Amino acid sequence: MLSPDKQALLTALRCILPADAVLCETEDLRPYECDGLSAYRELPMVVCLPHTIEQVQAILRVCYKMQVPVVARGAGTGLSGGALPLKNGVLLSLAKFMRILEIDAANRIARVQPGVRNLAISQAAAPYGLYYAPDPSSQIACTIGGNVTENSGGVHCLKYGLTVHNVLGLKVLTIDGELLEIGGSTLDSPGYDLLALMTGSEGLLGVIVEVTVKLLSKPERAQVVLAAFDDVVKAAAAVGDIISAGIIPGGLEMMDNPAIRAAEAFVHAGYPVDAAAILLCELDGANEEVSEQILRVRELLQAAGATQVRTARDDAERLKFWAGRKAAFPAVGRLSPDYYCMDGTIPRKRLPEVLKRIAELSAEYQLPVANVFHAGDGNLHPLILYDANKPGELERTEEFGGKILELCIAVGGTITGEHGVGVEKIGQMCVQFAPQELAQFHAVKHAFDPQGLLNPGKAVPTLHRCAEFGAMHVHKGVLSFPELERF
Amino acid sequence: MSANADVGFVLQEKVLDAIAQHIPVQIVGRNTKAFYGRTPLGEHLSVAGHCGVVSYEPTELVITARAGSSLAEIEALLAERGQMLPFEPPYFGIHAEDTLGGTIACGFSGPRRPYASSARDVVLGVKILTGKGEILRFGGQVMKNVAGFDVSRLMVGALGTLGILLEISLKVLPKAEPEKTQVFSCDAQEAIRRMNVWAGQSLPLSAVMFVDGQLYVRLSGSHVGLVEARKKLGGETMAGSDSLWASARDHKHGFFRDDMPLWRISAPPAAPPIDLPGSWLIEWGGAQRWLKTPMAGDALREVVAAAKGHATLFRGGDRQGEVFHPLSPALMALHQRLKAEFDPHGILNRGRMYANW
Repeated sequence: MLSPDKQALLTALRCILPADAVLCETEDLRPYECDGLSAYRELPMVVCLPHTIEQVQAILRVCYKMQVPVVARGAGTGLSGGALPLKNGVLLSLAKFMRILEIDAANRIARVQPGVRNLAISQAAAPYGLYYAPDPSSQIACTIGGNVTENSGGVHCLKYGLTVHNVLGLKVLTIDGELLEIGGSTLDSPGYDLLALMTGSEGLLGVIVEVTVKLLSKPERAQVVLAAFDDVVKAAAAVGDIISAGIIPGGLEMMDNPAIRAAEAFVHAGYPVDAAAILLCELDGANEEVSEQILRVRELLQAAGATQVRTARDDAERLKFWAGRKAAFPAVGRLSPDYYCMDGTIPRKRLPEVLKRIAELSAEYQLPVANVFHAGDGNLHPLILYDANKPGELERTEEFGGKILELCIAVGGTITGEHGVGVEKIGQMCVQFAPQELAQFHAVKHAFDPQGLLNPGKAVPTLHRCAEFGAMHVHKGVLSFPELERF
Repeated sequence: MSANADVGFVLQEKVLDAIAQHIPVQIVGRNTKAFYGRTPLGEHLSVAGHCGVVSYEPTELVITARAGSSLAEIEALLAERGQMLPFEPPYFGIHAEDTLGGTIACGFSGPRRPYASSARDVVLGVKILTGKGEILRFGGQVMKNVAGFDVSRLMVGALGTLGILLEISLKVLPKAEPEKTQVFSCDAQEAIRRMNVWAGQSLPLSAVMFVDGQLYVRLSGSHVGLVEARKKLGGETMAGSDSLWASARDHKHGFFRDDMPLWRISAPPAAPPIDLPGSWLIEWGGAQRWLKTPMAGDALREVVAAAKGHATLFRGGDRQGEVFHPLSPALMALHQRLKAEFDPHGILNRGRMYANW
């Protein structure tokens, strides 16, 4: 039996969309119940699958009028529950917005619809010798709309920046259906930097319906060096040495021993499985420059105490070295029924003490951890291994994860480098920001969405939520009512 | 010894007083950018005394400094450790007395901008004093940080209308390697074509400029890299080019020594020469174009908008009129709502960006 409100909503939506683009049967809703953070699930009231901007506009106007919350979704690969549906809300899928509208090779930009996959942009730009730089590990599946919403990173951020550094223009619909054109094909735009504000706003400010990105010329050559260390402290110091020498590598990644062993067993990348840590350092640019830098980096790594330094002999070996790193998450996934991926950023020099403390917490919670680290920019991904079928283990994992995030704040870092806050880290937002700062975030949202209908309950906690979180925090380590919804 | 003082709470008191008395304030550092933007209302509020480097970690590639800090002193400190501000900020003060805060509030970047970063790109975090009199921190001191809305970058180019910048954390980079400048003679159309062809290749470009029939290309790289790149590009190698780039950056080049209104046109880099009368200097690989013309703003902006660009009356002309490119009604309304959320009493640099707020 449908409630009158739901019936009225469905009727209105069916006037906008064809019948097969409005889903409300449980089995049709099921694929949308979670994103990449599958520990959190909820069925939406209804799923809409529009394919034109006008349809999205009409859907938003209906929702605005009827006060129905809206959660936008791309490929659903996000790792913080940002696209978790609301049971009383509309799940707005932008999956049908799959067209690359324009590759403007002369201006080195691509204009695309939000549902275009990250990698598809680089593939479309390749015939012009161009590519789109940010490359989150999910790049074969994740969409550019989601990348903008989350300000996604990847392994090349230190040199080429995050999504925010690579987006030039957006078309955005506000909750009342107003179309905003922000930026375009110029390097800057008049007024406030709304492009920066929209990027990483986790679907709270508007719905992105078109994206213009910057394309870069493909480096003439890329070469990778693999170095093994018998101590993570030495590996961390080597990273500082490379940067102090004035070299900004295209990619600079670190893995600890559990991550090395998992990746090696999975893809046979040729990693030394007895190393305490490995560094992968990719240098790219003009041919001669790369040759020079390779020599310099090899010297630095050896001086830093590397037990082994190998330069990929050819492109095939270079890709093999990277394959291990890029497959680190699924590789770790093979070791355990479930894993929980954390995403803090820390000042790089604090890495040894952070890893030490994570190891202590791992022993305390009796949950193994593998660490992969975007070493160049300080973005740490501890992967906690657990089994969701064992009673209490998910809760213990979440609590352990929360401790890691608070540790990141304590050493001067942040609770999220590239995965977003979503529902996952909303409690830790109360630790990272003061109440007045959180109130200012709400004020920004209010300027865009005064009724709070776009992705409510994500990214920015209410002060009430923080008061509860704080209180629970002081009294005991575990949440009092794990069965209750956590917003 | 550089000046070092935290007067954040003194400034906070002054803002609270201004709120209580309904008196708008004009935020002033060393007053080197008073020419920029509309003429604001209110009494001067000096932030120059709020100065000093709070922290600098060369291996972390991050510096944090108070807004009133001297930009030149910051760059000198970075240079001691072989580092630089990647956006090559301009110095508009006669004695290069520009502050960090003013530079970031205006969002000014120099010749390296299209090939390295802009001012907004390198801002990692800020401490601000809002128009509510609250001291708030956003962002941080790490490269990757997506916790909360990006209020830090929202402040860049906001001309202090949303908050007074107190502290800024910036990403720094290793200092550019040796630089060489190649010169070519050609017309504007050919210059724009070449700039964009080169930008699509793997070349160590760090600045490109066209003025007076000459195309200047600066390359930054290792010795062998520069030899290779110069072979590919051709042209004549220019001696003593550092002063050329500094003069273009700081508007001390002969082109800028003129009383004619100066327009800054931001255009798609490969857009052909824009058909407007006046003299031109083209930078940033075609993305930033300077035009000296007495032409009226409305007519000029119509032509620029047709080329998918926007135009700012950068220097001179009517500072009571529309200095910045007009916004669409929807964007203007959103700007006003944002302004109201940060500065509900409308006391910060009122009228500096757009009339009435």
